[in-house]
Amino acid sequence: MTQALLKKELLYQDELPGNCHWSFKMKRGTLLRLIDTEGGANVAALFYNSDNALERYNMADTLKAQHTFYLTKGHVCYSDMGRVLCSIVDDTCGWHDTVCGTSNAKMVIDKYGEARYQEYRNDYHRNGVDSFLIELGKYGLGKKDLVANVNFFSKVAVDEQGAMKFDPSNAKPGAYVDLRFEMDCIVLLHTCPHPLDPLPQYAPKPIRYELFRTEPAAQDDLCRTSCAENQRGFQNTELYNLTC
Amino acid sequence: MNAQKHSQNASQNISQNIVASQLNPADAVYEKVVPAGEYWIHTVKQGQTFRILDLEGNQAADTLFYSANDPTERYSAVDTIREQGNIYLTTGSVLMSTDCNPMLTIVADTCGRHDTLGGACATESNTVRYALEKKCMHACRDSWLLAMAESDIATSKHMSKRDLTSNINFFMNVPVTPHGELTFADGISEAGKYVEMRAEMDVIALVSNCPQLNNPCNAYNPTPVQVFIWD
Repeated sequence: MTQALLKKELLYQDELPGNCHWSFKMKRGTLLRLIDTEGGANVAALFYNSDNALERYNMADTLKAQHTFYLTKGHVCYSDMGRVLCSIVDDTCGWHDTVCGTSNAKMVIDKYGEARYQEYRNDYHRNGVDSFLIELGKYGLGKKDLVANVNFFSKVAVDEQGAMKFDPSNAKPGAYVDLRFEMDCIVLLHTCPHPLDPLPQYAPKPIRYELFRTEPAAQDDLCRTSCAENQRGFQNTELYNLTC
Repeated sequence: MNAQKHSQNASQNISQNIVASQLNPADAVYEKVVPAGEYWIHTVKQGQTFRILDLEGNQAADTLFYSANDPTERYSAVDTIREQGNIYLTTGSVLMSTDCNPMLTIVADTCGRHDTLGGACATESNTVRYALEKKCMHACRDSWLLAMAESDIATSKHMSKRDLTSNINFFMNVPVTPHGELTFADGISEAGKYVEMRAEMDVIALVSNCPQLNNPCNAYNPTPVQVFIWD
């Protein structure tokens, strides 16, 4: 299937070091490019409807609607309300995990040893749960709003028996993934290591991110047409946006 | 057809840990039949054993657990599968909380495999999965939302839609391939199969007995389940 190149206007670009967390709002019709500059980064992400954060990214609905265990180009991220929060319109990585969750303080200490702010200043070991909780708090949200996240650039596959394995060969320097927002969203990100990252040292990688203005999904859009379910998901989303 | 072939292949390959229970239903301190399309919410105390029985076969029991002391600590599908290193639940699986504490341990299972990736049905997700016209069909999330709104346990703990998250689908078969395909296949449970868990902390159990009429997993025929608790 051929698809016309999306028109994109660069609005802003920035870097997130490894071991940090950040958040911002993305309006409908804007695009977020995440770039794994060095290869081996993990970008944990959560998405919430910024008008009603009770509507949030839903791992289960995202997987079952698209009959997939992972995310890549052509897939979308569904909310629990049958709508598309954002679409993966491009991806040079190929596999993004969404079934492994994120690290917590105890896991990070057990795996890498303790590294407190008192001794390490801003190189102290952050962890996934605390990172998300801090960003959630900025929007009046909290622990009840913390749900299964996406881990961009990380691959965990299963064998025939269902056993899970982290695949380090998924790391590609310069790989990027483009998320086009179909609804106004709060976006939470952190760059702490994937909880199954086999590397024994705490060495999270930096990423770059770029914000673009873009255009809405055309009728022949790859994400819209990748399955009948997504056609209906886009219809639901467009109906919602009609009245917003 | 394809789905059926798929599930047969997958069920031959996966390591199901089928273990029968020694507990006698006559000795249970609590028992209730939950019809399809209804919810059941109840506190299970630490050390008690909780069984869900698939009375007529291939019924999905969509189940969530919360710490009874602090429901902000709740069942976490992703922490559970990551910590055990396997996406399927069976005997030996420890159901983990969002704080990575053991909530319950599956101690007996005559079905052999349960899903925790597929989530629950909702009217909205039904429109995506099946047809926009399906929006008024009863769904698991409606049952849960009613439980949140009217049950003494949920209202006394100020629980709401914020507390609804990725659940366990007991008796449901959702095979994943090494290439990352995920399908809802025909069920591998049958009448009389059960799964039994020991509570490792005081938990609130919330079950929606799934009313889904569009999914081949239950042969398009939702049926009752029975719950038991032993001291």
